[in-house]
Amino acid sequence: MVLVLTGVAIIMSIVLASVNHITSEPIALQQQKALADGIKAVMQADDICVSRTDTVQQTDDSGKPQLFLVYQNELGAAVESTTNGFGGKLRVLVGFNNQGKILGYTILEHAETPGLGAKVTEWFQSGQKSSIIGLSPAKPLTVSKDGGTIDAITASTITSRAFLLAVNNAYRAYKTMSIDGETAATPQTKDKKE
Amino acid sequence: MKAIQIIKNGIIKENPTFVLMLGMCPTLATTSSAINGLSMGLATMVVLICTNVVISCLKSITPDKVRIPVFIVVIAAFVTILQMTIRAYLPAIDKALGLFIPLIVVNCIILGRAEAFASKHTPLASLFDGIGIGLGFTLALTLLGMVRELLGAGSLFGYTIISEQYNILLFVLAPGAFITLGYLIALVRKITER
Repeated sequence: MVLVLTGVAIIMSIVLASVNHITSEPIALQQQKALADGIKAVMQADDICVSRTDTVQQTDDSGKPQLFLVYQNELGAAVESTTNGFGGKLRVLVGFNNQGKILGYTILEHAETPGLGAKVTEWFQSGQKSSIIGLSPAKPLTVSKDGGTIDAITASTITSRAFLLAVNNAYRAYKTMSIDGETAATPQTKDKKE
Repeated sequence: MKAIQIIKNGIIKENPTFVLMLGMCPTLATTSSAINGLSMGLATMVVLICTNVVISCLKSITPDKVRIPVFIVVIAAFVTILQMTIRAYLPAIDKALGLFIPLIVVNCIILGRAEAFASKHTPLASLFDGIGIGLGFTLALTLLGMVRELLGAGSLFGYTIISEQYNILLFVLAPGAFITLGYLIALVRKITER
């Protein structure tokens, strides 16, 4: 009885280990490709070379530390930023040019309601009524309901707020980076004091 | 039983969704579009065929007391293999169904068929039962996905058919899944009763 169960478990482990061995490389490649495609898309460029990847830690308004991944390149930087949306984690990749203007964005991961919040993938893209492309979040972007200029997704204000927060945070992380790199003066980094 | 008869049995007389009412969680959760329903059905079918055959081969050496643990080890192994393969070679499907693939392990159709059919029949008959039940599940999920996508998003397999202003968003959301499933079950009962 024990022998059969152990035997089956051992055989299945061997099978799983070999499948894992075969697929681990393609999986890593796919993830890299997905990220590279994302960076290209948000920088609005066909060919882009990431010169440096940095991790920036900042504290948000509630004092929680947040991590940002900044992919520096010749046009500016693509910043990966995460906030909590309506249905779960909202992971956004935003591209900034050297002046801090938004070049493009893509949603890497979301769990928003299909048909409502899930529209975030195209709602703020260029050509749409409430496009954020070309804007600079130097003054934080907010939805019109909060006194801002951006039209929120119909019936999805929470998702829209979460998205704009992600963009604003990404901008802050990017600014921190460039200040750090150029003058080493860090007026905006709260994390350095901790 | 003949092969055709077993397959037909799985699709119509013992259809897992409309008659046996098994595996309702993935049925309701993944059918927000036709293509999602189809991929989920096919993924479940692949696992079901593999586990049915293997469990049928193991039935003579498996003592009764440990048969459920043995079944679960076999099922979990095949689901993990499938998950790794999809992640490595079909990233688009992985993105759409990501969370639901590992949950095939606890889909009661698979354990139910292992217990009710594969552990009592020959490997060949179990293979056909896997194909039949798998096809039945795939057809049901695709049908459900098609109805929900058409009414909720106005498209079929991604092609827009009805303009956005006539969409009934409810059908893409969870309540729509219950409503559609109820009507489809009634319809199928009405047709098969004759």
